[in-house]
Amino acid sequence: MAMEVTQLLINAQSIDGTVRKHAEESLKQFQEQNLAGFLLSLAGELANDEKPVDSRKLAGLVLKNALDAKEQHRKYELVQRWLALDMSTKSQIRAFLLKTLSAPVPDVRSTASQVIAKVAGIELPQKQWPELIVSLLSNIHQLPAHVKQATLETLGYLCEEVSPDVVEQEHVNKILTAVVQGMNAAEGNNDVRLAATRALYMALGFAQANFNNDMERDYIMRVVCEATLSPEVKIRQAAFECLVSIASTYYEKLAHYMQDIFNITAKAVREDDESVALQAIEFWSSICDEEIDILEEYGGEFAGDSDVPCFYFTKQALPGLVPLLLETLLKQEEDQDLDEGAWNIAMAGGTCLGLVARAVGDDIVPHVMPFIEEKISKPDWREREAATYAFGSILEGPSADKLMAIVNAALTFMLNALTNDPSNHVKDTTAWTLGRIFEFLHGSTIETPIITQANCQQIITVLIQSMNDAPNVAEKACGALYFLAQGYEDIGPNSPLTPFFQEIIQSLLAVAHREDATESRLRTAAYEALNEVVRCSTDETSTMVLQLVPVIMLELHNTLEGEKLSLDEREKQNELQGLLCGCLQVIIQKLGSEPTKSAFMQYADQMMGLFLRVFGCRSATAHEEAMLAIGALAYAAGPNFAKYMPEFYKYLEMGLQNFEEYQVCAVTVGVVGDICRALEDKILPYCDGIMTQLLKDLSSNQLHRSVKPPIFSCFGDIALAIGEDFDKYWRYSMPMLQSAAELSAHSSGADDEMTEYTNSLRNGILEAYSGIFQGFKNSPKTQLLIPFAPHILQFLDSIYMEKDMDEVVMKTAIGVLGDLADTLGSHVGGLIQQSVSSKEFLNECLSSEDHTIKEAAEWAKHAITRAISV
Amino acid sequence: MAPHEIRRPFKRRPISDQQKRRELSLLRQTQHRSDAQQRARNLASSVISLQSSSPDVDPEILSEAVPELDEGTESESSNFDVRQASRLRGPEARKWFARQLMLPEWMIDVPDNLSQDWYVLARPAGKRCFVVSSDGTTVSRVRNGSILHHFPSALPGGARKKGASGPANSYSILDCIFHESDQTYYVIDMVCWRGYSLYECTAEFRFFWMQSKLAETGACDPPSFYHKFRFSAVPFYNCDQSGLHSAYTGSLPYVKDGLLFYNKHAHYHTGNTPLVLIWKDESCSQYVIDTDNNGEVPNQQHIVLELQEEGKLVTSDDPPVPFSCLNADFVKQSGLSSGSLIRFAIGDGGLKCVDGRFEKADLQYTGVSNRARAFADSYSKIMFQYMARHSPLKVEDLASTISHENQQDKPPEVEMSD
Repeated sequence: MAMEVTQLLINAQSIDGTVRKHAEESLKQFQEQNLAGFLLSLAGELANDEKPVDSRKLAGLVLKNALDAKEQHRKYELVQRWLALDMSTKSQIRAFLLKTLSAPVPDVRSTASQVIAKVAGIELPQKQWPELIVSLLSNIHQLPAHVKQATLETLGYLCEEVSPDVVEQEHVNKILTAVVQGMNAAEGNNDVRLAATRALYMALGFAQANFNNDMERDYIMRVVCEATLSPEVKIRQAAFECLVSIASTYYEKLAHYMQDIFNITAKAVREDDESVALQAIEFWSSICDEEIDILEEYGGEFAGDSDVPCFYFTKQALPGLVPLLLETLLKQEEDQDLDEGAWNIAMAGGTCLGLVARAVGDDIVPHVMPFIEEKISKPDWREREAATYAFGSILEGPSADKLMAIVNAALTFMLNALTNDPSNHVKDTTAWTLGRIFEFLHGSTIETPIITQANCQQIITVLIQSMNDAPNVAEKACGALYFLAQGYEDIGPNSPLTPFFQEIIQSLLAVAHREDATESRLRTAAYEALNEVVRCSTDETSTMVLQLVPVIMLELHNTLEGEKLSLDEREKQNELQGLLCGCLQVIIQKLGSEPTKSAFMQYADQMMGLFLRVFGCRSATAHEEAMLAIGALAYAAGPNFAKYMPEFYKYLEMGLQNFEEYQVCAVTVGVVGDICRALEDKILPYCDGIMTQLLKDLSSNQLHRSVKPPIFSCFGDIALAIGEDFDKYWRYSMPMLQSAAELSAHSSGADDEMTEYTNSLRNGILEAYSGIFQGFKNSPKTQLLIPFAPHILQFLDSIYMEKDMDEVVMKTAIGVLGDLADTLGSHVGGLIQQSVSSKEFLNECLSSEDHTIKEAAEWAKHAITRAISV
Repeated sequence: MAPHEIRRPFKRRPISDQQKRRELSLLRQTQHRSDAQQRARNLASSVISLQSSSPDVDPEILSEAVPELDEGTESESSNFDVRQASRLRGPEARKWFARQLMLPEWMIDVPDNLSQDWYVLARPAGKRCFVVSSDGTTVSRVRNGSILHHFPSALPGGARKKGASGPANSYSILDCIFHESDQTYYVIDMVCWRGYSLYECTAEFRFFWMQSKLAETGACDPPSFYHKFRFSAVPFYNCDQSGLHSAYTGSLPYVKDGLLFYNKHAHYHTGNTPLVLIWKDESCSQYVIDTDNNGEVPNQQHIVLELQEEGKLVTSDDPPVPFSCLNADFVKQSGLSSGSLIRFAIGDGGLKCVDGRFEKADLQYTGVSNRARAFADSYSKIMFQYMARHSPLKVEDLASTISHENQQDKPPEVEMSD
């Protein structure tokens, strides 16, 4: 048997397709027929030093894949199968794996490390293999270097796989001690030191208690900082990665070390290899991220009781940090604007400078201005570009007051540079900077406008000219136009862009049709700008927007005619379809209400026909965009949308079945809501199909969880549309709602992301209840709902008690209380009076400052008064 | 363990336009969902407010409860639940019901686009009333709120009969005219059907709904034990030449009393509205010119105006049109107070108009109006009545306006010279 596996594994890597396929099938068969034997022989193969390296590595890989998978449901299956194996098989496999850590071949050891971590990921939470950590750590000091390296690597992977709360603090301490000792300068072997440094990166999440202890923290920090000075570049890079991770995980513990860290990072940025310098810059970017978050939560005011105070590290470092970052700006690569994947020290430094500006605000301006003034007109393009970039990067953060004079003075210069500078690089950055000026310093909130009657014409002319420049420059010019239009979002009935509207639209369409429009995302940028121009347009130009409809429809039509395209061409075609559907969607929203609605609706039939053909192309992006557009169209068409349903329905169903591309599924669920509101009870004939699919979606473990809350809301939409006819589905939907409610009542608290999800789930469930109650109102079928009242009240009480609901949930929840009282009336008067929700929760909502909550609460109060008085 | 990728977005917006579209769609959907819920709740919330006007209520709620015509929120207040309102008694009920009807203005000039945007129908002669079916019974109330009939009907929820037309507590509201001679309720508009409000629907939709739904229930069948009166939908026409002709001259099972014109796009707007117009002449109505209590046409035109602060006399329009003033001493002497409805005769001086707008009237005080009156006359009624006595708007005027409109639709004729 063992012999056979070796041969199979070698054959499975054969260049001969038939041999390979045969081997793969045999392996699969083996796995299906005798899982225990299969896994055991793989582990044996991996552990056997006499076997060929290739078969050993593949054995390890197959073993790893038998323990873990990307898709949640598959992963769950694999875990269950492993746990079901008999103990003796598992012990033998574990022993083989541990033995492999001493193999002389590095790749084999590394594979074993990963497999051990996977097994640990399954077993440690189940309190199985409790001796693993101890056995890894016992006599680690006496181990030969290569085994020590493999052991540390295993510990690193283990920390990545396992959640900190399943490892006892005593074991955590031992792991960290071993790892940090391995990183120490005293460790003579670089491989060991590198493995230890990378392991620490993984283990940092386990070090909460140790970072709270001054002595232990000092020790860890000292070792990390020393490792950044190692002669080995990979160790320095790994050590800086640790610092980056510490910056975000332990921000509040860093005050004591910042001076040293500044010196280390400055030296690395100026002198070290780029891979190291990038990490050093990233440290400061991470610090800025933290401070921006903290300051945003304060809302600009220091609140004594907030969890993490801002230490203003960035502000304190300004005098040294800004010059450091400005220097990096001069290290541009020639073609970085043409290469989508480019990332270099100049880009990292520039990005960091922008973050610093956001973190410190006005204070950055005097540190940057001299650099800009000195270099903006220099003959070397690098200096001009760096100065322009520096200017662009400080436009977000400082106040408008601080920037206004500078920007006004610079505007003409920028427009001139965009037209006349000989360097593509400088023009690219200039157009980007203009975009940032419009993004942050133009709009209704700015007191003295940057764009005036005097310069509006010139600005638009320059931007339109630049759309004929190289694709990367044209792309940025489109971006600038996007923000220029956005600034007039709430301008009122008369927009300064009106006189230029036609010209802007024409130019954007021309750009979109450039032959090189697929370079530098130019075409996307052109349509995005077009969308924003339309979104922000006023009634003055609605006829011109209307004229755009047949133009875009024709373009979409043309994309559907292409035949026999190569894979690459088809992909571009689909992308274009997505853009055009997106554009139509924006136009529908713009024109789909009076007074333009009737003129616009003449295109509805044709447009719907095109969308249906787009669905036929089976591209996820285009599908999603067409679906969103149809949602908007349904709203505009109202009950008339019914005529499209017979043809559209199958695509609706297809969308709801699309588990893999969950965005498609999610938008389809939203569109079902749109259609419910448009058709009201005319949607009834389609409800059996829709509800069946939605119920399937909910019970599937393949579907991305983010789609589930909107599905519950959609139940509410359907119930509200078809009223008492929802009783057909009540039998299936109520228990689902009930169990989801139970789950979501108490499952929060783990972290912010989980709390957010829990709240969106609660909101969906509550919206479903609201729709069902209001839909059943005034029907004898309300009787069906009475038995659910105690549960729903309990649900409301429990989310109130958890104290972690957001404002959206608060409003929906108090509304449901009212709906329940309104629909069930005196049947539930007593129950309502016993609930906490009808007292404390209601009172809290009644005194809410959010008027939508207050309104819902007042309504609930009236409904309850009535229910208990009857 | 490979190094970790740290690339950040460079010179690009953090959110793509696609993401923005997605978010805007979600925002729109959330907004519409919450609007839909709000509408559903409103249908009930006014129930609560009204019910609270029993003695033991919070006065704060009460003040919100009374639907007020002068506020811009008619649509909300009109979602009032009729089943509750039927329990109202006395003046409160009168006031409330009177305010729930859409009241046509009198046609004093011909609106644009008659043939495109308007329906025309022959108004049956009889009492305008509000028919409410709910809780197994049907009640009709005339404009002042008093009950005309209390009866079983085949309308939804209109009779205590099992399995008939939908759930017992679903209700409907119809805007009708009761035609005495054939004892039939002629339905001229549909306000609520099976608990669903049609206030916010266009006339086009309401009429379509009315024609298709009414027949389904059996309400148009001849009377029976569970269906005391027959209902019948009034036929309506597009207001083109042939539509106008059919409505004006067509033979109908009822006696006509003028023509009603409905703007197709108008919602059911309670109170006076210029989007529904009434027009009458001698050949399609017995009652062109107002009669007095004895059924005779008085020599002088009589009008009713409301007295306001400082002696101002105004019409029932919103906003009220000031007509004249009473001097303070006279008001005091006659024991009149603000809010009184006062009757005047128009003297020989008549009504003076400048550019089609009223300027001055020769009014003679005749006394306080009949107590059954809930409102003053509207401006358009006074003007129509005045015109009817002096220079009436004729059916030919209507027809010629329509034909003029149609000509405009045709391509202009080209005249060749030389």
